Amino acid sequence: MADLTLIEAVNLALARALEDDPDVVLIGQDIGVNGGVFRATGGLAARFGEERVRDTPLAETVIAASAVGMAVEGMKPVAEIQFAGFMYSCFDQLINHAGRLRTRTRGRLTCPMVLRTPVGGGIHAPEHHSESPEGWLAHIPGIKVVTPSTPAAAYGLLLAAIRDPDPVVFLEPTRLYRMLKEPVADDGAALPLGRAFVRREGADITLVSWGATLVEVGQAAQTLAERGVSAEVVDVATLRPLDSATLLASVSKTGRCLIVHEAPRLFGAGAEIAAQVASEALMSLVAPVGRLAGYDTVMPLARLEDDYLPSAARIVAAAEALMAYR
Amino acid sequence: MKTAAQFSVSYHQFLNAKGALAEPPPGLDLPALVPVYRTMAFTRAFDARAVALQRTGQLRTFPSSLGEEAATVGLASVMRPDDVLLPTYRETGAFLWRGVTPVEIFLYWAGDERGSAIAGPRGDFPISVPIASHCGHATGVAAAFQYRKEARVAVCVLGDGATSKGDFYEAVNLAGVWRLPAVFVVINNRWAISVPAARQTACATFAQKAIAGGVPGVQADGNDAVAVRHVVGQALERARSGEGPTVVELLSYRLTDHTTADDARRYRSADEVSAAWAEEPLVRLRALLAREGLWTKADEEALIADNQARLEAAVADYLATPPQPLTSMVDYLYAELPAELVAQRAELAAREGGHHG
Ligand SMILES: Cc1ncc(C[n+]2csc(CCOP(=O)(O)OP(=O)(O)O)c2C)c(N)n1
Ligand SMILES: [Mg+2]
Repeated sequence: MADLTLIEAVNLALARALEDDPDVVLIGQDIGVNGGVFRATGGLAARFGEERVRDTPLAETVIAASAVGMAVEGMKPVAEIQFAGFMYSCFDQLINHAGRLRTRTRGRLTCPMVLRTPVGGGIHAPEHHSESPEGWLAHIPGIKVVTPSTPAAAYGLLLAAIRDPDPVVFLEPTRLYRMLKEPVADDGAALPLGRAFVRREGADITLVSWGATLVEVGQAAQTLAERGVSAEVVDVATLRPLDSATLLASVSKTGRCLIVHEAPRLFGAGAEIAAQVASEALMSLVAPVGRLAGYDTVMPLARLEDDYLPSAARIVAAAEALMAYR
Repeated sequence: MKTAAQFSVSYHQFLNAKGALAEPPPGLDLPALVPVYRTMAFTRAFDARAVALQRTGQLRTFPSSLGEEAATVGLASVMRPDDVLLPTYRETGAFLWRGVTPVEIFLYWAGDERGSAIAGPRGDFPISVPIASHCGHATGVAAAFQYRKEARVAVCVLGDGATSKGDFYEAVNLAGVWRLPAVFVVINNRWAISVPAARQTACATFAQKAIAGGVPGVQADGNDAVAVRHVVGQALERARSGEGPTVVELLSYRLTDHTTADDARRYRSADEVSAAWAEEPLVRLRALLAREGLWTKADEEALIADNQARLEAAVADYLATPPQPLTSMVDYLYAELPAELVAQRAELAAREGGHHG
């Protein structure tokens, strides 16, 4: 079992899917001979041919739309959008077509496509390269929204996304691409979609997060432990459909909940989780549901980026504020 | 100065408005035009019936295709059954030719999803209301055909207004680069709701928009069923033999309101409309068939009676269709009902019980 980075795990899952299923085809900008700007598809065109790892013109709308068309025709397209900031023109396809074809044809046509894109800040990239669009996406009926937080999760969840019979948007945290390595077995085993993962068990407070922010959440949990607070860390992993059962079970056990995400707080995905906790686990709560998110503003450019992102210290402070309730 | 590149757009008409067949295309199969005419006539009767149903509160907003029957039936009549049609919404003649039932079409325009769960051409796309957003579906479908080495073609039908959207250009451009088996049929009915073609583009033709994508663009008289079948047939053949996509512009005219919710008198003159009636597609095709001994007065009378009977039966079936269960709202969202919808489904089922129990 090799130690892989998250980007290598994505590459491995794509290779596995291409190997296993001739209906899998990758499309996107610079994904062929160049292997993608982050090298997610590195070496795949050489190995599987340019018909299966196919460069497109610079046109996001038709990338998403073609994925819809291919999927309806029974293929398993995996489309790459180079950065999340350039996927907004795909929303028409996701909302008006991918998410509703099954419903509006009463199951006659389906759309088993995957749209992959790097998300999030922390690598000090240019403008529009550090977006966190998961909240907008998770509001769309009929699509699934998945974001891995470890190399092994990236491998297993991406395989699940590709095999899923419905459209999946797969958000890859740019900041994690090369941050850490872990052993990943190329066993072709998918992880379940729609399942949250308890990354650390604890008794006093539940820290809920997803994607890259789980790094700071993990650090915060460690600091809290050193200060005598036992934090449970839940990785949501699939925002839609949301695994409410795992989240509510954890909060029912700990009695406290802090949701941490990088996207702005107002109307963000954390609001939905907070509302569910408030209405389904109220009697277990000993403190109000807390949210620590990005500021409700435009994602700042590189110089202020680190000050925008929820830091481990701010997570610890927010958790300790909730611990003050008895 | 040298000329870097030069382009032209050909125009095709065989059967003129007077019903004269100037120079027939080689190998013209005249008897094949009889079923085309029959479906065109049925389409016209269907449109009239649908508008009447809407006017009496028995159908929702409906877009009539009055005047565009040669374009829609003609293009469908040269497709193969296993080609895929990607329509906008005004292609009723193509739906009928390809085996969508009148009941299904009524259901769709009544606001019932079962109207898109068609039993006939199972691979065809449903109506696509967000203008031009289906153009890229055609490139995807065509890419699937190309990848699997299937001799099938994706046929995307759009309006003159739709060519102003970037989606159209992105799709044509990609189809050109990938040499896809796709045909984009632009039905230029001169109007996009109240906006005339001249205010949609500064181009002399809509067909020439193909040229920027490195794709051939051709124009034809869209009220001439012979020309429609010829140019679309050639584009299909090109696509099928691996030569790539074509944009076909069919010149027609929307003889009635944009939809039943529109009043075209607000923005165009009666003179313009009556001049366009002189160009309409049915009379000239009937004249040709009659002259060739393929159609008689008795045939016409029988067709009218037959069409009316078919329509009455379809209307009766449509009006007698039982409602959908409330749970159908959530039952088709995903392959499997996710946990987050279980409670809502139960609530809908309980409300259903309340309705009937
Ligand atoms: C993206 C989008 N914008 C606006 C509309 C509203 N709308 C519906 S039909 C129409 C005009 C379409 O004209 P054209 O493409 O020429 O087709 P036609 O109706 O003439 O057949 C408009 C503006 C829409 N459906 N989709
Ligand atoms: Mg028009």
